[in-house]
Amino acid sequence: MTTLDSDLLVDAVHVWRGERHVLKGVGFTVSGGELLHVRGANGTGKTTLLRVVCGLLRPEQGNVAWRGQSIASVRAEYQLALAYASHEPALKSELTALENLRFSVGLKRRVTDAELRGHLERTGVGACAGLPARVLSAGQRRRVAMARVLAVQATLWLLDEPFTNLDAAGSRLVSELLVEHVGAGGLAVVVAHQDLDLERRVRCLDLAA
Amino acid sequence: MSVGVLAAMRLILRRELTLSFRRPDQLLQPLVFFLIVTTLFPLSLSPELTLLREMAPGVLWVAALLAALLSMDGLFRGDADDGTLEQLALSGQALSAIVIAKTIAHWLVTGAALVIMSPLVATALGMPVAAFAPMMLSLALGTLTLSWLGAIGAGLTVGLRRGNVLLSLIVLPLAMPLLIFGANATDRAIAGSSPAGALYFLAALCVLTSTLAPLAATAALRISLE
Repeated sequence: MTTLDSDLLVDAVHVWRGERHVLKGVGFTVSGGELLHVRGANGTGKTTLLRVVCGLLRPEQGNVAWRGQSIASVRAEYQLALAYASHEPALKSELTALENLRFSVGLKRRVTDAELRGHLERTGVGACAGLPARVLSAGQRRRVAMARVLAVQATLWLLDEPFTNLDAAGSRLVSELLVEHVGAGGLAVVVAHQDLDLERRVRCLDLAA
Repeated sequence: MSVGVLAAMRLILRRELTLSFRRPDQLLQPLVFFLIVTTLFPLSLSPELTLLREMAPGVLWVAALLAALLSMDGLFRGDADDGTLEQLALSGQALSAIVIAKTIAHWLVTGAALVIMSPLVATALGMPVAAFAPMMLSLALGTLTLSWLGAIGAGLTVGLRRGNVLLSLIVLPLAMPLLIFGANATDRAIAGSSPAGALYFLAALCVLTSTLAPLAATAALRISLE
């Protein structure tokens, strides 16, 4: 079961949602410096797979392991090592962009406002730091969510449709960040229905209906 | 550097309080409801002082129960709707610590606010000033217990589209002992006898729920998150 050369192991995962057999024995491994692109038509269970990988959803069969240990047994450690960006930006609309980051990143690691502002600058929303998330556009919110992924300094990025609502520059930025992250030895699992245009070899996993 | 449990709970408490004060309508809703319901009784029955005094404990407690119930549905729903609940669940902190911090914050803005406002209502219902302290103590213990019960119910129903009716059905039967002992403590305080017995029972219920409800609410929430 343990594969020492891969950090993340997903082994024959089966998930049923009610009567529907959504994931039928999906398995893959990802190691440091690798990016896995999960493709598939709508309704093939891409998001479900990502929720299984991050541990929110327990599979009926199969196993997810992080560095050789089942993620249930190293929950806190695994959660600190991962950054999950769901298809919703997960921002409180009443809080400012900066407060949103402060309250969610602050649970994972000690972080200063200056550092958070730096990450917001990097994703191109530095000017919006003091604005409530309510007034931000969908693309700006996506960029704030991306700043959160940067700020938690995780090894494993789990991104669900990170290019949604982004303009061309934004998509380029996310691609750049992904290449940078993987180049530095990080891992990434990206769910996206379009092709990734990265200056880097990308492994693909196709989910069939 | 990782963040300790207490620091995380403080952070969540701050987050919840900030959010509450940014949404004053939701903050005031249960309080205004409490005020209106209690003033409806003298208007609809009779403003006679002896009658008012007699009903005061019941009116006060039923109104407090319903007001608290009104706010419970929002405990996890807002976070579940915008996806922040998933982020909290993946924060590397124990989900139970998050539930405890959120419930305490919920009690501070609903229960504690209700307790602070209760003397106003009590005066309107003709309650003697000597009964205020035991009445407020009983309400404080009762509303805290209610918040814990509400956390279980909210955890169970957060995944449902129209969860608040079901939430009331889950929480109200569990809240019956509170109503009985709470109203009894207030009643005794008005009559001038010692409310200690009923208050002890309320305190026992409060301790019981404070220790067990976080476990139940966490388990419920984990199921709902799937």
